[in-house]
Amino acid sequence: MNPWAPFEWITALRFLREGRMQTLFIITGVSIGVAVIVFMSALLSGLQANFIKRVLTSSAHIQLIPADEVARPLRHGPGMTVGAIVQRPAQRLRSIDQWQKVRAQLLTWPAITNVSPSVSAAALAVRGSASRSITMTGIDAEVYFRIVKLPDYIVAGLPRVTSDDIIVGLDLAKDLGVTVGDKLTVTSATGSSRLLTISGIFDLGNKGANMRSTYVALRTAQALSNLSGGVTSIELTVEDVYAAETIAQAVNVATGVRADSWIKTNAQFFTAVNAQQTSNTMIRLFVGLSVAFGIASVLVVSVIQRSSDIGILRAMGCSQGQILRIFLLQGGLLGFAGSLIGTAAGAGTLLYWHAAMRQADGSEIFPLILEPSLFVYAMVLAALTGVAAAAVPALRAAKLDPVVAIRG
Amino acid sequence: MADDFADAPPVVRLVGIRKAYNVGTPVEVEVLHGIDLVIKKGEFLALTGPSGSGKSTLLNIVGLLDRPTAGQLFITERETSQLNDTELTKLRGHSIGFVFQSHCLITAFTALENVMMPLLVESGFPNASMRERAAELLAQVELTRWKDNLVSNMSGGQQQRVAIARSLAMNPALILADEPTGNLDTKSADTVIEMMRRMNKENGTTFLIVTHSVSIAQRCDRIIEVVDGQITKASLA
Repeated sequence: MNPWAPFEWITALRFLREGRMQTLFIITGVSIGVAVIVFMSALLSGLQANFIKRVLTSSAHIQLIPADEVARPLRHGPGMTVGAIVQRPAQRLRSIDQWQKVRAQLLTWPAITNVSPSVSAAALAVRGSASRSITMTGIDAEVYFRIVKLPDYIVAGLPRVTSDDIIVGLDLAKDLGVTVGDKLTVTSATGSSRLLTISGIFDLGNKGANMRSTYVALRTAQALSNLSGGVTSIELTVEDVYAAETIAQAVNVATGVRADSWIKTNAQFFTAVNAQQTSNTMIRLFVGLSVAFGIASVLVVSVIQRSSDIGILRAMGCSQGQILRIFLLQGGLLGFAGSLIGTAAGAGTLLYWHAAMRQADGSEIFPLILEPSLFVYAMVLAALTGVAAAAVPALRAAKLDPVVAIRG
Repeated sequence: MADDFADAPPVVRLVGIRKAYNVGTPVEVEVLHGIDLVIKKGEFLALTGPSGSGKSTLLNIVGLLDRPTAGQLFITERETSQLNDTELTKLRGHSIGFVFQSHCLITAFTALENVMMPLLVESGFPNASMRERAAELLAQVELTRWKDNLVSNMSGGQQQRVAIARSLAMNPALILADEPTGNLDTKSADTVIEMMRRMNKENGTTFLIVTHSVSIAQRCDRIIEVVDGQITKASLA
């Protein structure tokens, strides 16, 4: 006997050791449950992180755009009536009013890390007899590349945007049969045209984006769109990506410019995340319940099997509290031991899965996120579940009449 | 022989002890009808009687495992009817040792650990002096060689000797033995009774032994016979 271990620990461990088959089976059951929880939680975190990473490395956290134009009927004029239907006007390309002032204001906000003005307009990319509709984004490369990590996605050429350069997507380059150094004619909706040189080709991993997105210098886009000195949007990044919506609302109030956060523009993603989290919580709950009932059922049987032991312990002067603690400890130990093995098994399975399951290009499907807090959380929760599950059998054991218990 | 204990202090005193089951229901049954009994320190008593006469019930009451419906029970002159469960448990642990018919050892522990168990329950943590005390008691019942064996690997007679050693661990005033030889062969039974008698003589421990065996009863200082819940005869052996 370990001289540092109290009576209850010694007895609980011996009881578990003696009923080794029961102990083994229930620890296996708990381990499987904990492994499922760890695996699913880590997988979900990885998938979410991956999606967020993909979204946030190819778009801003907050985008400021001019408010929609609305038709305002004149009211109360003599002899005037308001039509039952007021037609919504077509939204023309407009600049954000006083955008330099807005940018200067936003640069003073500590929560905002980058501010990048840009012009985004529809255009046509022409190469010989082939043409494709594109979205031309005029950028101040130095600032913009801090928001959208375009240089990371360059597969040919350089992320260089001088006034005669254009960076195009991989699929657009294929469709038009162009490569780095080739020339493209870009014609905007206003009819202005410009011959630009392809300085780089990117691959965002999304066919649609690779087909349509192109990047030119801010001044080039302003000239092509007849927006001299104007910008159609201001892109922002913030310190805390999850606070983007709150900050966007504050920006809207402070500047009067419409601000859309990535959370708002990816509302469907968050709906999916919520649904996933809800289903994950339900799975955790049911796995937890099955673990708890498993431990409880084993301990109920153990109390019946050990009734004469309980009786003789009571006859020897063992208090009800001591008996209670012996069985609560058994529950806690079963939960804890199961969680140790379960977290290791869950992490092992995840590591294997992460290594085995790869995208076509060999890159990972999701980033591996194994936070120590997840293991601690799983172990503490499993041990507490074990203790809670043992409560009923332990109370039953403590309340056993010693006379009846000794008779077995 | 009873005269030898005339001046000895009482270890157990029962005054008008009654025990009924299903009290207040139409099927109420009284199994002990006003038992008066004094057991003196150092006595070696046999409690006999036919099956169903109330011997075990009486033993459970004396052992503080059960409460009487009426009457007073004094253990080492301490009145027990007003004690709560915690106090009864403590008094039982300190003052009374048990030897049961079916050994009632804890199979998860070795012989030595079983003997240490009452001391461990009392102090909470194991220590060297407990181990020494248990080893000493196992030596008294001639089981030194077997001290590190799991009790499940020992014979019935050996297990009963471990139970005797364990009952002595706290040096209690009284040891209650319920049919201690009931499951043993004659030779083992003889050894067990001899050992109990020797402990009684050497340590002055009081023994109350429930038995059906006339030969065992005759080796006791006094025989108490219970029939239909009443003491019908208290005779010298």
